[in-house]
Amino acid sequence: MPVATRTKLCKRIIPCLDVAGGRTVKGVNFQNLRDVGDPVSLAEEYERQGADEITFLDISATVEQRETLFDVVEKVANVLSIPFTVGGGIRTVEDALKLLAKGADKVTVNSAAVRNPALVSGIAERCGSQCCVLAIDVRQGEVVVNGGRDKTGIDALQWARECVERGAGEILLTSWDRDGSLSGFDLDLVRRFATQLPVPVIASGGARDPQSFVDVFLQAEADAALAASIFHDGTYSISQVKSALQIAGVPVRAC
Amino acid sequence: MKTEVDLVRFDGGNTGSVQRCLNRIGVNFRVVDKNNLPDGSRPLLVPGVGAFGSVMNVLKQDGLDVAIGNAVGKGTPYIGICVGMQILFDESEESPNAAGLGLVSGKVVKFVADKVPQIGWNEIEPQQAGFERGFVYFVNSYFAQPEQKSTVLYSSEYGGNFCAAVQKDNIIGFQFHPEKSGAFGNELLKRTIVNACRN
Repeated sequence: MPVATRTKLCKRIIPCLDVAGGRTVKGVNFQNLRDVGDPVSLAEEYERQGADEITFLDISATVEQRETLFDVVEKVANVLSIPFTVGGGIRTVEDALKLLAKGADKVTVNSAAVRNPALVSGIAERCGSQCCVLAIDVRQGEVVVNGGRDKTGIDALQWARECVERGAGEILLTSWDRDGSLSGFDLDLVRRFATQLPVPVIASGGARDPQSFVDVFLQAEADAALAASIFHDGTYSISQVKSALQIAGVPVRAC
Repeated sequence: MKTEVDLVRFDGGNTGSVQRCLNRIGVNFRVVDKNNLPDGSRPLLVPGVGAFGSVMNVLKQDGLDVAIGNAVGKGTPYIGICVGMQILFDESEESPNAAGLGLVSGKVVKFVADKVPQIGWNEIEPQQAGFERGFVYFVNSYFAQPEQKSTVLYSSEYGGNFCAAVQKDNIIGFQFHPEKSGAFGNELLKRTIVNACRN
């Protein structure tokens, strides 16, 4: 039985920017993309609002679009003074090294790791576990890949365990059933991962309002929560979410 | 004196994010490495990621351990970040066969907690006058235990109380990443460098 950790370690709020062709986009269930702005100014705005970290997911469909990512990563890294994670389309250790050289602090791997689990070990060995975040898209307990389209038959928790053994330093857990649905985080799913894995679990998919964050931290014991729509739409600011968390007694970084 | 530091670069040192931070906070720096060893004329800024033993090995191969030891012995300020702080001590549980720089007495030990490494923002409490409390970003499995408690500059809590920053004479070490710790961390780093350049 794990002992309760005496700490003031804060729960992290992570806005996620989906980028393609150097612009930020966000869809509902990864479809119907809408343009919500310039990633550099959005990232700066989120840091001002009190974001604890920023994640970029590149969803570029073409090689030309993909090339714009490296410029964007460098520009963002120059202005941000908080940690910055980049994912999407990372297929090789070299892809990861290139992003880290441009200023990303961590990279996330997803579908490519399912096809080639050695990618996780490779990144952890070359760059350190602290750089290596495993993203898992889950649908009814099963790992899905390629933007949720393809089932794999792999049990998500078992997959997470294997990747932690391979050196993944954090797990970005996205509920495909909830993504973009604004129906709240999948608390049962998150709790199962957060309480059984020895690394931080970042909950993603379904954030609706400040109460969703209170629930995912207090009830599901997530270490961090990631959201896009509610922040991009300006429905709630990060500081509003943090105020609600503070009132509920969740440790957060005051800004 | 001009505000300028020698940024110590070695394989696995991850100087990139520190360089970007120095640019943001307006601190001039020159990069020193095995081909261009520090001469002790400027404060040393030593970032570090990776294992204690492998960092010490690289520093030795590069001749940087001796150059750093000589400079600090003559009074050159040393500012260490993360593993750049841990190597100040004598030894680490992470690499039992590796000797550290031995510039501050004590050892580096592993956290006992549910989730190791500690990843994220934690609050630090100043243990000396003139420093403020604040939130900073940590990524670490190990932490330093200085022999002299009076050298603890900041403390924090993760599975118990731990030393988050150490200060002894011309040496200062941060276990956290001030370069990734928002305005608070960036200002703390800048102030530390400005003070080091004055002395």
